[in-house]
Parts: sequence; C-alpha cells; structure tokens
Amino acid sequence: MAKTAVAAVEGLFTVDGEPRLIGGRARSRGSYFFPKALAGADPACLGDEIDEVLLSRTGRLWSFTTGEYAPPAPFVVPGEEFEPYVIAAVELADERLVVLGQVVAGVSVGDLSVGMEMELAIDVLYSDDDHDYLVWKWAPAGHGQSGAG
Amino acid sequence: MDDIAILGAGMHPWGKWGRNFVEYGVKAARDALADADVGWEEVQFVSGANSVRCGYPGYVSASTFANALGFTGCQLASSYAACASGATALSVARAQILAGVCDVALVVGAESTPKGFFAPNAGERHEDPDWLRFHLVGATNPAYFALYARRRMELYGDTSKDFAAVKVKNSRHGVFNPNARYTKEYDADDIANSPMVADPLRLLEICATSDGGAALVVSSLEWATRRGVDNPVRVSGISTVSPTYPNSVIELPYLASDSWAAAGDETMTFKDDIAGRAYEEASVSPEDLDFAEVYDLSSAYELDWYEHIGLCRRGDAAKLLRAGDTALGGRIPVNPSGGLGAFGEAVPAQAIAQVCEMVWQLRGQAGQRQVEGATVGLSINHGMFGHGSSVICTR
Repeated sequence: MAKTAVAAVEGLFTVDGEPRLIGGRARSRGSYFFPKALAGADPACLGDEIDEVLLSRTGRLWSFTTGEYAPPAPFVVPGEEFEPYVIAAVELADERLVVLGQVVAGVSVGDLSVGMEMELAIDVLYSDDDHDYLVWKWAPAGHGQSGAG
Repeated sequence: MDDIAILGAGMHPWGKWGRNFVEYGVKAARDALADADVGWEEVQFVSGANSVRCGYPGYVSASTFANALGFTGCQLASSYAACASGATALSVARAQILAGVCDVALVVGAESTPKGFFAPNAGERHEDPDWLRFHLVGATNPAYFALYARRRMELYGDTSKDFAAVKVKNSRHGVFNPNARYTKEYDADDIANSPMVADPLRLLEICATSDGGAALVVSSLEWATRRGVDNPVRVSGISTVSPTYPNSVIELPYLASDSWAAAGDETMTFKDDIAGRAYEEASVSPEDLDFAEVYDLSSAYELDWYEHIGLCRRGDAAKLLRAGDTALGGRIPVNPSGGLGAFGEAVPAQAIAQVCEMVWQLRGQAGQRQVEGATVGLSINHGMFGHGSSVICTR
C-alpha cells in the first residue's frame, strides 16, 4: 500500500503542486520573512500586517557544505545506515534572503559553486511504515527533481 | 564609559574531565581570589555565567558557585547568553560596580560537556529554530562554520591550506598554555589527514566541546587604589549588542537570514557591529590593539574575525595570516592563548577565559606566549540567537 506523504513540519512549505516555501511579507514595507512565524521582525514595520506569501522557487547558491557524520536527534537517519548529505544556503531571487536546505541526492559538492542557480524541490526526509515525511531541498536549476519523492 | 579594574584571574584547566562543573568554577574562583589577594568574604556580588548542560544548578550559576564557596549574604545574578554568557556576566558586574551597588565582584562560569555535537533541547519543538535546523536540514554547528569557510574560498580565494595554517598557528601558541586542553603542535599534514566533518572543514579544524572553568575578580578603580593596586588591568569596553536588522548572514541556529529586499546594506553584518561597540566604549581603534583573542569556532572562522575587528579589509585576512602577522612575534598576534583550537569550548567559561588571557598578557605574565609590551587587547565572540560579546582591556 502506498504511504501517505505529509510535511515533516507543517506550514513551512507546500506539499501539493509546485514546490514553494511559505513565508511572510510585511504589507506596506515589503520585507520578507522565513519561516513566517519564527523569523525576526523588521523593526521599521512592527505594526505592519504580515501576509502569508509563497517565496521564489529559485535563487543563487550563497554557500554549501556537507554533513559527513550523523547529527544527534531530532535528526532522523533515513533508511538503514547514515549517508553523508550536502547542505546548501540559497539566496532567494526576489526576497534577498538566504535559506538553508539539504541538497537532493545525487549532487555532490563538486557539482556546486557559489552563485549558481538553484531551485526548490520537495523530497522525502525520512519514512516510517505509513508515512513519507517531506521537506524542501535544493537542486541545481534544471536538475529535474522537483516533484515529491 | 568608565573603566573598572580586574584584580584577579583564575582558570580550571580545560579538558574532558567528566566531573561536576561546580568543581571547575570553584577552582577558578579560588585562584582568581588568590591572584587578587581578595578574601571570599569581601566579595559583595557574584555574577554567574550559566550552563544549560548541567541541570538546574547550571541555570542559577551565581548561587551555585556562591553556595559552593559558602553563602555570605552577597548579591547574586545569573546570566545566560549562549557563548556570550561570560561577557554578559562581566557586563552585569561592571554595571553594579559603576552604579555604586558594590565595590568588588566575582565573575565566574564553568561547564561540563557531553561528547560530540551540541544538540537542541529534547521534545517535539516545531517553534524552536534550534530544533528545526537539526530535524529538517541536519545543520549542525560545524555546518554553519563550513558555509562561512566555503564562502571565503569562493569569494576571496582562501584555500584549505590557509585554514589549516590557522590551526597550526594556534596549536603552536597552545603548547605554551598550561590551561589549554590540546598542547600538541599540529602540522598541515595532521590536519589534512583528519576526517572531513563539514566540507571544507576537517575534524582538527573544528572547535571541540570541553570542560573548564574561568573566573575574574573585578572592582571599582577606587577600591583597587585603596587596596594598593596602582596600575590594574582595566576593562575599558564591553559589547553585548544584538544584530541590527537586516543581517544578511545566516546565523546559528536559524533556517534563513533576514531579507534585505526592502532595506539594508548586505555588506554590514552582525559580527562587524560587535567590535564596533567595544571600540566606541573604550575609545580605541583597531590600530591600537597589541593582540586579540577571537572565537575560532573553526580555523576559517578566525579569518572572518580579522576582518570584523578591523585588522584588515574584507577578503584580506589570509594575507595577514600568510605574512605571519597574526602569529606570536608578528605584528598583531591573534589567539596567543591558543584559542578554541587549543581549548575546545566550555561555553559559559570561554568568554571569561578570553579575558583571563588578556589579564595575563597585559601584566606580562603570559610566559612563552607573551606578546611583548602589550597594553591593549580585545576579545570577541558571539552567542547563538544573536548575543554579541566583546571586551577591550587596557593597562
């Protein structure tokens, strides 16, 4: 039986349709926030309404690294054994803010360079018997892995 | 800002001793009191830097240490500001002294640490950025350090050899420090052969977690004079600033940086602001420094600090390093103590330990790691979630 796909943490990204991060935008000032509820406020617009907005799908690679050893909980090792992974920090095109995320499998640091175009993907973070738990990840633009895993 | 005097400094050696953190703090406090020739019963105020890894006694560190030394009815305050806790505790003591609430205070911090990566608090914590970054991204502290390191390589042409050279330099300094945890002199091959942890950073380039304790006895200048201390080391500036929005650098433990779409200068960052405030308070400029103690959470991170404290322009830090300017005997030695590379980090004690090193350097008591004729030193670090920490000492 197919597993049910759910967000690993709700409210941070879309799980249906085009992969997008869910952020906030100050209505009059135009500052962006991610995550909407947890980002630091803009002191210049404390009274501003913060609207929920979908953030840019693409941006430029700000920096990148790897996780060569399994982090402690609440990191969940997907599968039987820990596999090293790549982390990217991407500056969103319109919002001018940098968002962390893992990079989709199959991309190594040798494939990456600061400034290259990246796009958002939704992928499986880990699974249990009934569910695939989803998260956003980054992929080089045109990498072709943008649907739910 | 008026100065205060530092009368005494004391430390418990850094290591992985596995004992109660209170022991480390008490040993450091006793040493600082002896160094100051001040009796415990004379201390009017205890300013504790808290630990969040040692249970409830760590959250009320001032009373924990005071009780272990024997309650005397003195006033207490306990501060937590992550890695900035020590500087925050010192700033509280300074405020009490300058306000006339007390004449002499003890500042103390200590910690006993678990092995491996620091981890967030337990539970399902969807509103805690520290929890989210581990759960959703697997972004450990070294991952953030590595992002900054990689950016230096891509923007400024720094190399892995440069980063390794920082560790080599600091290990040479640490050899001469009896309080350091690692007193082995490493060479570039040792570092290149250590395991990759977060590309491009290898195990020997990433700050370990350590046990340790550090303490200071501080007083008003008048009280120091009354005690016959004519020329004490002085605290001339303390910075505990927050970032200023928008900060374009993604900082621990957040998932994202601020946005600078609406306003802001993406070239100004939190770490530039921290030193700025300390310089302003102390009426000192980068050219006045004789040495600096900076938070080398990674080898590459030390290079970031050269620029943030104004030793050189953005992107030029590796040039200073390659020229030997920041080694002992160079123009502006950085981390003569050996830094975190030689110590590992005992969170609430570390910023106090940086000040201990400044005390010994400015008194000319630093032995083989002495910076000759030093009269002005700066220490700097930051606590995650946005706590600045910088102290300028003069003599």
